[in-house]
Amino acid sequence: MSRRQIPEINAGSMADIAFLLLIFFLVTTTMDVDAGISRKLPEKPNPLEKPPIIKEKNILVLTLDKSGTILMEGDTYIDLKDVKPAAIKFLDNGGGKNAEKEDCTYCKGEKDPTSSDHPDKAVISLESARNTNYGAYIRVQDELVSAYNFLLDRSANELYGMSYADLKEKSEDDQLSDRKKESYKEKYKKVKGMYPMIISEAEPTKF
Amino acid sequence: MAKFNKKKKDMPAVNTASLPDIVFMLLFFFMVTTVMRSSDLKIETPVLPEATQVKKLENKSLVSYIYVGKSKTGRKGDQIQLNDKLVTSVKDVQNYILQKRASVHQSDINKLTTSIKADVGTEVGTIFDIKQELREINALKINYSTKRKSNKQ
Repeated sequence: MSRRQIPEINAGSMADIAFLLLIFFLVTTTMDVDAGISRKLPEKPNPLEKPPIIKEKNILVLTLDKSGTILMEGDTYIDLKDVKPAAIKFLDNGGGKNAEKEDCTYCKGEKDPTSSDHPDKAVISLESARNTNYGAYIRVQDELVSAYNFLLDRSANELYGMSYADLKEKSEDDQLSDRKKESYKEKYKKVKGMYPMIISEAEPTKF
Repeated sequence: MAKFNKKKKDMPAVNTASLPDIVFMLLFFFMVTTVMRSSDLKIETPVLPEATQVKKLENKSLVSYIYVGKSKTGRKGDQIQLNDKLVTSVKDVQNYILQKRASVHQSDINKLTTSIKADVGTEVGTIFDIKQELREINALKINYSTKRKSNKQ
């Protein structure tokens, strides 16, 4: 009995079975990466607290209407491609002081006293009609984010000689030593704080 | 005689014993990377808007998706789909997010993100209503899902 050999299982078809499964997964796989424009919504207003008063010069009002036309500060019509330069000019103005009474030392704008005081205070308000096309809305949002990224990139390059995206990547890189990572984190935070992204997506109004 | 011997020699067969291993390796790769779509779309597949300044969404298990688009059956107006149901009232968004919250670990609750996959033709008003509902229950992290457009620099 003990001498009887157990017959070997034929593994020749193993490859066929594996191929079949492989093809199934190949066909069903969709490699879409979820990406998009991230936003943080404002918290629900507390009815007991009064909303903070913001000076009009610290708000850049962009109004988007049904046909996709952009109205700036309620009086000038601008093209989509002019949104980014206008936003940069407004954010980088630095005509006054921030809440801590500091001047904006890194701003390169015109220091126009009738425009924003400090990037900390500058608010971009994007108002849109209810029936505005979502695609047009996202295009404007995209331009605004790109204005912020331009300024952040510039600051990061000036201070640390690397782009903002690189800085962010380095601050999350686990291959670096803890001390190095911490220092990059510090730098990233500092640059990020220079131009805080304050975009108000105001309630759509009926036109 | 040496000549004859040479002629008889066969080409050695390629050893295919490692073929299953290679195939299995590929198989595991695809099995791991595959994400099965959990819900069927009841609306027409949204055509996402394009943007250049996009951020990747990380930690997919902490993302809840809200689809907004046109109805397949020709119903008027923008339709909102949560999971695999079309909803009639935008108020249902709250329940959807609260359910998601209950299913994750306590420490992950503030990492929850809501991804809005809306068609380019949607009205901003619909998106705004959804955002109001999200604010109502303090689900503040959102992401407007977009396609990546190459930089136009």
